[in-house]
Amino acid sequence: MMMHIDVSSVLRQTLSCELYSNLVTRPTGAAVRRQIEALLADSRERSLTVIDFSHVGMIDFSCADEVVAKLLLRYVAAEREELEAYFLFRGVTDDHWDAIETVLERHGLALVLETDDGARIVGMVNDGERRAWEKVYELGRACAADLAIALGSLPDDCARILDILHRRRLLMRLGDGYIAVGGLGEAHA
Amino acid sequence: MTSVITVPPSLDDQTFEQVVEQLASVPHDAKLLVDARHTRWASPYGLTALLTLGQTRAERATFAAPDNEDTSSYWARTGFFTHAEELYDLRGSVPKARGGESSVLLEITPVVKSEDVHEVVGRIQQKAQLILSKELNIDAKATVGFAMTLSEICQNIVEHAGRGGWVAVQTYTYRKRLANRRVVVIAVCDAGLGFRQSLESAPGRVRNERWDDAAALEEAVIRGVSRFRDPGRGQGLAGVRRYIGRWDGKVSVRSGTAKIAIVPSWDDDIPLTEKLAPFPGSQVQVTIPERVSGGPR
Repeated sequence: MMMHIDVSSVLRQTLSCELYSNLVTRPTGAAVRRQIEALLADSRERSLTVIDFSHVGMIDFSCADEVVAKLLLRYVAAEREELEAYFLFRGVTDDHWDAIETVLERHGLALVLETDDGARIVGMVNDGERRAWEKVYELGRACAADLAIALGSLPDDCARILDILHRRRLLMRLGDGYIAVGGLGEAHA
Repeated sequence: MTSVITVPPSLDDQTFEQVVEQLASVPHDAKLLVDARHTRWASPYGLTALLTLGQTRAERATFAAPDNEDTSSYWARTGFFTHAEELYDLRGSVPKARGGESSVLLEITPVVKSEDVHEVVGRIQQKAQLILSKELNIDAKATVGFAMTLSEICQNIVEHAGRGGWVAVQTYTYRKRLANRRVVVIAVCDAGLGFRQSLESAPGRVRNERWDDAAALEEAVIRGVSRFRDPGRGQGLAGVRRYIGRWDGKVSVRSGTAKIAIVPSWDDDIPLTEKLAPFPGSQVQVTIPERVSGGPR
């Protein structure tokens, strides 16, 4: 299931005001996140949601902590096999990045950003995780053996990294293979 | 008997201490006259701090406006008297505010609730971009960080003060300290709980013998400690410090009997001042200087 959430629209609904396009203050961030979570509550066991910042003017640290970090933490921190929620962040510009980067660092989180030429992984990932994610993204779909050949690594090591990236909701598992969030055309769906 | 507090001729974050020192010996519920008749100039910090002073009094104080017409006219254009008349009995010539003041990026604005922060950020953005890039020679991209800084400091009032405060933003020229360079100054003052009392309200907090206003400021401003246990808390002031560092700016926070400052090379303020005369709440000032070519970034 694929969903698109325009954060700016959620913000306006939350504040009941057409005038504000900035994501500022913690209460606003918490209200926007709750609204996003309510939309996600209707989704099935596996969902990919595009969180679209295209029409958001700016976001401050407190709001980024509520809207981005706490949203990710809810679906990443615990073993939530019953609800696999993946997120692709769209329309994130330099005006948003300072605050988002700060909260990702603070909580040790990573996410996938849609960019002009595809998607990329940002935030707190080590070199091995980044290389693995980028290779899976490049291959389209890969299992541990495919990744081991592509990277010249041991299959067991690749299996472990793929599992970590899946638990962090940066890769989606399909059967015995994985695809990257933002891969295989989802980014522009 | 009415106690008289004399406002210095030039009122800023440094000279406001003279006001606080005079206040120290005046009982909370005493009759008070705040005498600004001979004041000729006030920074945004000075004006917002005068409003918080009015908030702290049990009995409505009297405020004598500046005799100098240019000064009182300017104060009117910043919105000072509009708010002051709700807190003080005003004496002297108090002009009506007519027209905007070009150096005032944001007139004195009350901050009580979250929506006020939206309002402040929304109003400042366009003007800030113009001022930062044209007058301060700072990359227009810095506007976002400026708005974030403003937002985070104002939120401290909403989240921690327990009562409303004021914010003002203004540009002016630092003639002595910065050899005629322009600066933009944010002042955010409240008369609420202050940092120490806010941190003391954290569940399970254990006080030690070194615990005082200075220690509370060090924890909050330097180490990013918050009264909330949520690990995402405390990022606001850390973000402000990063922004200040990037643009060679200065931030100072006064609370209770202490003041802490992140001091750039162009300023000679003291990083941590203790045992000041007590004043309720928190008073924050952020200064971003004009960037000179070849200067620090």
